[in-house]
Amino acid sequence: MSEAIRVEHLNYSYPGVDNTPAVAVFRDFNLSIEQGSFVAVLGSNGCGKSTLAKHFNSILLPCGGKVYVCGLDTSDEELLIRVRRNVGMVFQNPDNQIVANVVEEDVAFGPENLGIASPEIRRRVDKALKQVNMYEYREHAPHLLSGGQKQRVAIAGVIAMEPSCIVLDEPTAMLDPRGRKEVMDTILRLNAEKGITVVLITHHMDEAAQAQRVVVLNKGAVVADGKPEDVFSNVELLHRIGLAAPETVELCYALNHEGFQLPLNRLDIEKCAQTLYDAIKV
Amino acid sequence: MAPILQVENLSHIYSAGTPFEHKALDNMNFSVERGEFIGIIGHTGSGKSTLMQHLNGLLKPTSGRVLLDGQDIWSDKKLTRQARFRVGLVFQYPEYQLFEETVYKDISFGPKNMGLDAGEIDRRVRESAGFVGLTEQQLEVSPFDLSGGQKRRVAIAGVIAMEPEVLILDEPTAGLDPSGRDEILANIESYRKSKNATIIMVSHSMNDVARLTDRLLVLNGSRIAMDGTPGEVFNRAWELEEMGLDIPEVTRIFMRLKEMGLPVEPVYTMEQAVSALKQLKGGKRHA
Repeated sequence: MSEAIRVEHLNYSYPGVDNTPAVAVFRDFNLSIEQGSFVAVLGSNGCGKSTLAKHFNSILLPCGGKVYVCGLDTSDEELLIRVRRNVGMVFQNPDNQIVANVVEEDVAFGPENLGIASPEIRRRVDKALKQVNMYEYREHAPHLLSGGQKQRVAIAGVIAMEPSCIVLDEPTAMLDPRGRKEVMDTILRLNAEKGITVVLITHHMDEAAQAQRVVVLNKGAVVADGKPEDVFSNVELLHRIGLAAPETVELCYALNHEGFQLPLNRLDIEKCAQTLYDAIKV
Repeated sequence: MAPILQVENLSHIYSAGTPFEHKALDNMNFSVERGEFIGIIGHTGSGKSTLMQHLNGLLKPTSGRVLLDGQDIWSDKKLTRQARFRVGLVFQYPEYQLFEETVYKDISFGPKNMGLDAGEIDRRVRESAGFVGLTEQQLEVSPFDLSGGQKRRVAIAGVIAMEPEVLILDEPTAGLDPSGRDEILANIESYRKSKNATIIMVSHSMNDVARLTDRLLVLNGSRIAMDGTPGEVFNRAWELEEMGLDIPEVTRIFMRLKEMGLPVEPVYTMEQAVSALKQLKGGKRHA
């Protein structure tokens, strides 16, 4: 399997302001993300998640070590455009990411900057809007859309550049449940059908549970890394670093303190209910 | 004693008389008792923010009235001004509104505007910093040097320092990690307890509102679709889903258990779920 992203011995500190000392975020940090995978990144506020994400498309450059995107060194200025073409970013607040007054013009902004011919831009914009189910809104004004719709337009703007990888930094934090579901469904579909590598930073454990792999960060280090069922079953570790498991696992965990002996890897409602049913029926 | 807030036939129309005319609130009626903790849920565009801004006089009703302590807040200019202090509003992502050089100055901005004397301002700044768990040292630093969760607590302290009888918060935990979320919610609860304040919290987190609130208002299509205890509201799970809302995961698990044939009553918090299942298992063992 080829690698979409490789982080090797990364060191990064935010420079100190005035006379304050620099703040170290990463010391000798390593991570590898496979092409085509869907990885969720969890961690409490201030653990380095967003700092890491910004290294994936050269918004931040390592103080030491290297970050490679599809084999491209992110700190090589000559490769900057290729790096950014390969990795698209989607941030938390959709209002900060929309630049045009018409949905399709907004989606065209990225490809236009890449200097692509206009018939090709037309093709890409239509395709991207269809992929996020926003094609019927192509002539609408973005500011009149709901949060979930705006976020899908932002995702369309990224996929119109045809990146091999999308990094989403808490894309659903400002959305209502319907908007969250729209965005999650879109991400899952892009990953499954288009093979786009997805890195999803989130505080919603139920979203992370839908990924193939969960990486948990604490104070700039990976403290857990594996399948969602395995990572979330370590409830004590998650609690210790200020996180939680999905409610299904939390329920089983609480019951185990009351004398039950339940497995802690039943993430979805159906499996959790079945496990509880079996435990009570016997 | 009159309820602290009464909303009577409240309607609000944006851009009336233009092609963009939009009825954001459609004849809403409810009242809020002192000390109540109310959750407001509803999808984007259901009218939550518009409603909140009516409760402290930031928006004027197109028709209908908002009564604070029995008096129409628009009947007299003085009352309108008072409403803005007595009903405190914490917007979404309030940390973007911090602006002062130090945390202390930022928190004191509200009380200063109220024309309080220096001693009283100082007392309030320190007390409200205490409510949100900020230390003495943190009062002297720039709010921009704090983490996201801490900044949000500074912003909430700035509103609490006005000692509002009603504290309204729009998604106070959005974007925070689970421990940051629990801390902020505990801060809000401790303010309510010590001042017998009324709390109105808008949230998309069904787990949070299920656990904390006495009563839920569900907004849909600019109207109040439901008004009841969390138990009453979450019992209408299918209707909530049709409105694009969620129900707590434990409620969902119990609905499934009931379908499978277990004799369970609906639950909506983790504690209820644990105690119900414990009883069920215990009952089996002794049967």
